[in-house]
Amino acid sequence: MHPSHAIDELLKLLAASLLLISFAMLSRRRTQRLIILFAWQGALLFVSTLLVAYSAGLTELYYSAALTLLLKVIALPWILHRLIHRLGAQWDSEPLVNIPTTMLVGLGLVIFAFGLAQPISRMATTITRNTLGIALAVILLSFLMMITRRKAVTQVIGFLAMENGLFFAATSATYGMPMVIELGIALDLLVGFFILGIFFFQIREQFDSLDLSNMEALKED
Amino acid sequence: MIAHSWISSAEVVLSTRGLHFLLVMVAVWTILGLAGLLRPRSLRFTAHLLFPLGAVACLGVALLAGIFLASGHAPEVMVLPLGLPDLPFHVRLDALSGFFLLLLGLAGAGISTFAAGYFRSGEGTSPAFLCLQYHVFLASMVMVILADDAYLFMVAWETMALSSYFLVTSQHRIPEIRRAGFLYLIMAHVGAICILLSFGVLQGGKWLFTFDAMRGASLTPYWATTAFLLALVGFGAKAGLVPLHVWLPEAHPAAPSPVSAMMSGIMLKTAVYGMLRITFDLLHVRFWQWGVLMLALGLFSGLFGAIFAAVQTDMKRLLAYSSIENIGIIFTGVGLAVLFESCHLPLFAALALSAALIHSLNHSLFKSLLFLATGSVLHSTNQRSLGKLGGLIRRMPWVAALALVGTLAIAGLPPLNGFVSEWLLLQSFLFTPRIPHAFLNMLIPLGAAMLALTAALAAYVMVKFYGVIFLGQHREASLDQAHDAGWLERMGLGWLALGCIVIGVMPQLALRAAGTVTGALLGQQVSLSSPFWWIAPIAKENASYSGLLLLAGIVGVVGAAFVLVRILAHGRMRRTAPWDCGYPWQTSRMQDTAEGFGQPIRHMFGTFFGMERELPSPTDAAPHYRIHIEDRLWGALYLPIARNVQRLADWIGLLQGGRLSIYLLYSFLTLLALLVFVL
Repeated sequence: MHPSHAIDELLKLLAASLLLISFAMLSRRRTQRLIILFAWQGALLFVSTLLVAYSAGLTELYYSAALTLLLKVIALPWILHRLIHRLGAQWDSEPLVNIPTTMLVGLGLVIFAFGLAQPISRMATTITRNTLGIALAVILLSFLMMITRRKAVTQVIGFLAMENGLFFAATSATYGMPMVIELGIALDLLVGFFILGIFFFQIREQFDSLDLSNMEALKED
Repeated sequence: MIAHSWISSAEVVLSTRGLHFLLVMVAVWTILGLAGLLRPRSLRFTAHLLFPLGAVACLGVALLAGIFLASGHAPEVMVLPLGLPDLPFHVRLDALSGFFLLLLGLAGAGISTFAAGYFRSGEGTSPAFLCLQYHVFLASMVMVILADDAYLFMVAWETMALSSYFLVTSQHRIPEIRRAGFLYLIMAHVGAICILLSFGVLQGGKWLFTFDAMRGASLTPYWATTAFLLALVGFGAKAGLVPLHVWLPEAHPAAPSPVSAMMSGIMLKTAVYGMLRITFDLLHVRFWQWGVLMLALGLFSGLFGAIFAAVQTDMKRLLAYSSIENIGIIFTGVGLAVLFESCHLPLFAALALSAALIHSLNHSLFKSLLFLATGSVLHSTNQRSLGKLGGLIRRMPWVAALALVGTLAIAGLPPLNGFVSEWLLLQSFLFTPRIPHAFLNMLIPLGAAMLALTAALAAYVMVKFYGVIFLGQHREASLDQAHDAGWLERMGLGWLALGCIVIGVMPQLALRAAGTVTGALLGQQVSLSSPFWWIAPIAKENASYSGLLLLAGIVGVVGAAFVLVRILAHGRMRRTAPWDCGYPWQTSRMQDTAEGFGQPIRHMFGTFFGMERELPSPTDAAPHYRIHIEDRLWGALYLPIARNVQRLADWIGLLQGGRLSIYLLYSFLTLLALLVFVL
């Protein structure tokens, strides 16, 4: 078997696993499990970026792979883990929509994403073009997770997962974004994450819980 | 492109001395405004140094504009190295802008001098910020007048609106003033949008926004009319043309007096300028229907303003309504000019336009004078309600004497300036039978009658204004402590009064300046007859007027009477109380009040007003009389709009459910919709 063909097959496998993890995140209710899944998602992303970097021979992508490893596999999961222990938020409450329904909606979204990606994939010239649909699906599924969860922490995990999807979309469609933009996004993510971490404590102090339904009281009539 | 424009500006640099000077003056005002921030707490620094310097710059502008008009130079154009890349600012000085700069400089000099003595610390905004806003306001008005492309025009126009908004709300701790400022801001923005759209139509599909390109664009009658109507709404909202006048009686009383004077005296005229610029300069055709529309709106505004002024009890509101009336008169003149021009009667068009221009100039002088006088009264008595003033002629002789000049001028009495412009306007009405439309010929005499009625009512209003404030007895005991204005304030008032007298006595000066404008816009100008003290706008057989001779006559008769009385009745004079109608005693409460004086007008024109009255019964122990007069247009036009906006906002408010997941769902659905759209 030709090595590039093998890499192609491996990338497809990784992409499929990413999608699988997204579905797993939709179905999980324990925050702790979600963080582990998020770390796995980061790890898969790291491997796939490495593979793309190797096969396309782009040194820039090695850097972004390293960045992914540091940030998304190690730093953020660890911080999140500490955070939920200090906040005592290991369990999410019942999601707004029950899990089977969410999964069905998710399936619909995946079909939609694949349909959407088809014409774009045909135009792309990268070896990873077939995975664009999956990347889009990951984005949409993470968004769906943000919508259906009640707790602030789970919403932030959904947000981070969405960024993973975006990153994957960028590597698969155009061999990654320019380094400057990637660094900027990484920094944004970190800063945004810290701010959200502060917000968690503020929200808990205000409402004695991280349940966002309390925020309905903020609406002015 | 920019390099090219730099070269072209270098080529014409020799012939742009006037523009250079004006731009330096604009820079001077900006620097003066910023200089106030150096010592923000020091009132003496801003009042005794910066404002007088600003007044000197105003004088410079007026002088330059006067020289420019008198010498009849060709227009000066320049491209400034400012603005966006590929979209530089263009400026131009021509006869029309020269005339309005003259107006700005003359009135501004008086107002700035007065302001130097007027602003006190502890009244709302600190002196430094007032100084900054005031001078930015002045500078932006000059830039509006100089602008030669839509971009610079809009930038200057909005700067003008915003700086004046901050000046209006300088006492922002008072809720009514904040409300008045908000209303002003809304109307200013609605107007600005219309003007912007008008420019968008005027560029005629070439997407070049210099005025030169717009002059060259040829629009179909439909689009030309659209541009005209948009401009009329936009500039009408700024000028206070009925029914877009609602902000004016709220904002003018809310502002400090020099600011009211500036807004009423100068800012409203920038709207007139914009209207003239678009109608006579940028648009290449004019239709008689436009003239009729402007004429009708102008006449109605005039009458409406005069009637409402007659029933006001707040002196600054009274003056604000009087501004609406005067703007009405100016637009009447402009409307007539459009009408004549479209019927190929350029000489009469020049006459009507001259009347409108001179009335703009006059109004900027006497209205500023009166607003400033109310400021002095307000400062020395802390009263603005006419019902609590009275008899101030004895306490404030200077202000009373100078305000009398303004009052007589605005009432349209010869030999002062108000008479000249109204006379010219009525003269131009006399030529309307030459218009080849039978129907119009029947209707326009009614307009002339309406104008005459407006002028008479304006005189009535001014008798009320002057009589209730300055004549009679004090209506409040505290008025005994009233003191006259300081010397800087007197100087400012005196300058404006002098302007009223000079233009009244020597109207040929103003007519000549206006003639330069009409010559440039219409190719015709009203002739100035051979002896310089006469004006005979069309022909001597029709009508002629000499302010100088009239003044000589008045002085002669009064002098002769004085001397004769001195000779014949010398030594037989006695001072005595006037006949008191047989009452045993009189109090100041028995004088005619502002409400009482306006009552006949209120009665006759009752249909105009929405009135709420509380009348005491004859047996009431503590009788109380209260009247609240409202503008019917407010309820008929503005409240329905406000209600509909509110309803729409309520519907949109339903989107705000308060649940975070719903909000996320909105973005999710938007994302999906956009993706589908891309697909």
